[in-house]
Amino acid sequence: MIELEEVTYGYGAGTLLSGISLKLAPGSFHFLTGPSGSGKTTLLKLCYGDLVAGQGRVALFGQDVRNMDRDDVALARRRVGVVHQDCQFLDHLSVAENVTLPVIVAGRAASGVESDLDDLLGWVGLSTQKEALPPELSGGERQRAALARAVIMSPDVILADEPTGNVDWEMSLRLLTLLVELNRMGKTVMIATHDMNLIRQAKAQVAVRVLRISNQRLQLAGADL
Amino acid sequence: MAVLSKVLVFVTGDAQADRVVPPTGFTARLTGLAAGSMAFLAVFALALSLASGRLADRWSDALAQSSTIRISATEDQMDAQVLAVLEVLATTPGVLEARPLSDDEQNTLLEPWFGPDLPLDDLPIPRLIEVIEDAGGFDATGLRNRLAGEAPGAVLDDHTKWREPLVAAAGRLRSLGYLAMLVITATTAIIITLAANAALAANAQVIRVLRLVGARDAYIARAFVRRYTLRTLTGAAAGTALGLGAVALLPGGDPAGGFLTGLGFQGAHWLWPLLIPLLAALVAFAATRMTALATLKERS
Ligand SMILES: Nc1ncnc2c1ncn2[C@@H]1O[C@H](COP(=O)(O)OP(=O)(O)O)[C@@H](O)[C@H]1O
Ligand SMILES: [Mg+2]
Repeated sequence: MIELEEVTYGYGAGTLLSGISLKLAPGSFHFLTGPSGSGKTTLLKLCYGDLVAGQGRVALFGQDVRNMDRDDVALARRRVGVVHQDCQFLDHLSVAENVTLPVIVAGRAASGVESDLDDLLGWVGLSTQKEALPPELSGGERQRAALARAVIMSPDVILADEPTGNVDWEMSLRLLTLLVELNRMGKTVMIATHDMNLIRQAKAQVAVRVLRISNQRLQLAGADL
Repeated sequence: MAVLSKVLVFVTGDAQADRVVPPTGFTARLTGLAAGSMAFLAVFALALSLASGRLADRWSDALAQSSTIRISATEDQMDAQVLAVLEVLATTPGVLEARPLSDDEQNTLLEPWFGPDLPLDDLPIPRLIEVIEDAGGFDATGLRNRLAGEAPGAVLDDHTKWREPLVAAAGRLRSLGYLAMLVITATTAIIITLAANAALAANAQVIRVLRLVGARDAYIARAFVRRYTLRTLTGAAAGTALGLGAVALLPGGDPAGGFLTGLGFQGAHWLWPLLIPLLAALVAFAATRMTALATLKERS
């Protein structure tokens, strides 16, 4: 699905990530950990073509990002559901419209996903906030809406950047269950988090690989969890 | 027209795309207002062009084709002189047709000045011969010389002397009107480009979100383009309506009348201003599209 080979990236002069190789095989479940500022968000952005690697090769669905034009990237994004670290909504549209936005920009009728929308909003506990505007939501509610938006198109890959950062433990488990369910349906999932409890909880349910960024490099975390 | 129908389809369809760009009340109203003002001015520029064009055409038609020969003679001399003049004209190269005006025709010409019951026979009125020239025209000086010899009472009036500068002036006025319309079109394009640029800059976050969820440049651009095209169309339609109302309220003149009283639209010319909102929308469409696509390319 998504493949990185010997990727190096840095903002400006310094190097943030170097020699990163990673392969998100179909149906795999990854966690990405590392200290704050180690480059988790940056690595995710490389994975959905928002940033272009300085060195090395990034391939989305078999296509080298360097050879993709903006339309190609847009089409690839429709197969990747992203929960952005700071959510990113259109503040003038309701939660329901924001969640269906991927469907709308893909040129499909929003009516086609109406029941999915209700199910999803129910699952993430936003049924009553359907018509609310994003600025009216709490941090945790925004993250739940962002997760709903990321999965509404039933994408092949789901990349979530600290999706449980602002929600209580009970809701974290609900969100994890949703991601695990999607993974069982064959979706590829990668979650950036430093919530070790969440990782442990996931390990009990599915086979996961835990990656850690340290000293610019990507390592497979040991059995110390 | 294919472009036009494409624009219309685009304007009526896909209202959903419009919604993804937040409504910006103030810029929206300003853009509409600017388009309206420009359309209002365009109506007058168009009226000016068409009216001066009509005037130039009428004057130069009359001037190019016909002249008159006026014969003053005593009653017993008159017929001989008319015959002599006709003979001269028959052998003048460039004369297509020469015809003495009938008494009725002369009466009609004089009626505005002397009233309908003019006893033409009792007055020593000069006879008029209408001369129609062919495309090449005749040599007026040569003709004058010959007339002086053959029919001393005949005077050639070829109109050109006093009308030529008027025709030139009317023609220049028409060009000025067209130039004004060009300037108005260009100004409209500039205003809308600036407004669209401001909107794109103000909506950088919207563009980021749309990209995140897989929107293509064409989709994002369309949202902005649609918004600005519709806004311009509405504003320009209102401006055109007001302009037409103002032109209609101008004092109507006698049909043959002077320039100022003729500064309206006549007949089918009333349809021309209807193109102004469409042209404005087309300009807005092109300007916003180019701006949006360029900005999106820059910000990839
Ligand atoms: N757009 C940017 N421009 C410059 N530096 C950035 C930018 N984004 C992130 N950084 C820097 O890169 C480092 C890694 O950031 P990030 O990938 O967000 O880390 P993490 O998600 O692991 O906390 C941080 O030091 C951050 O300041
Ligand atoms: Mg981060």
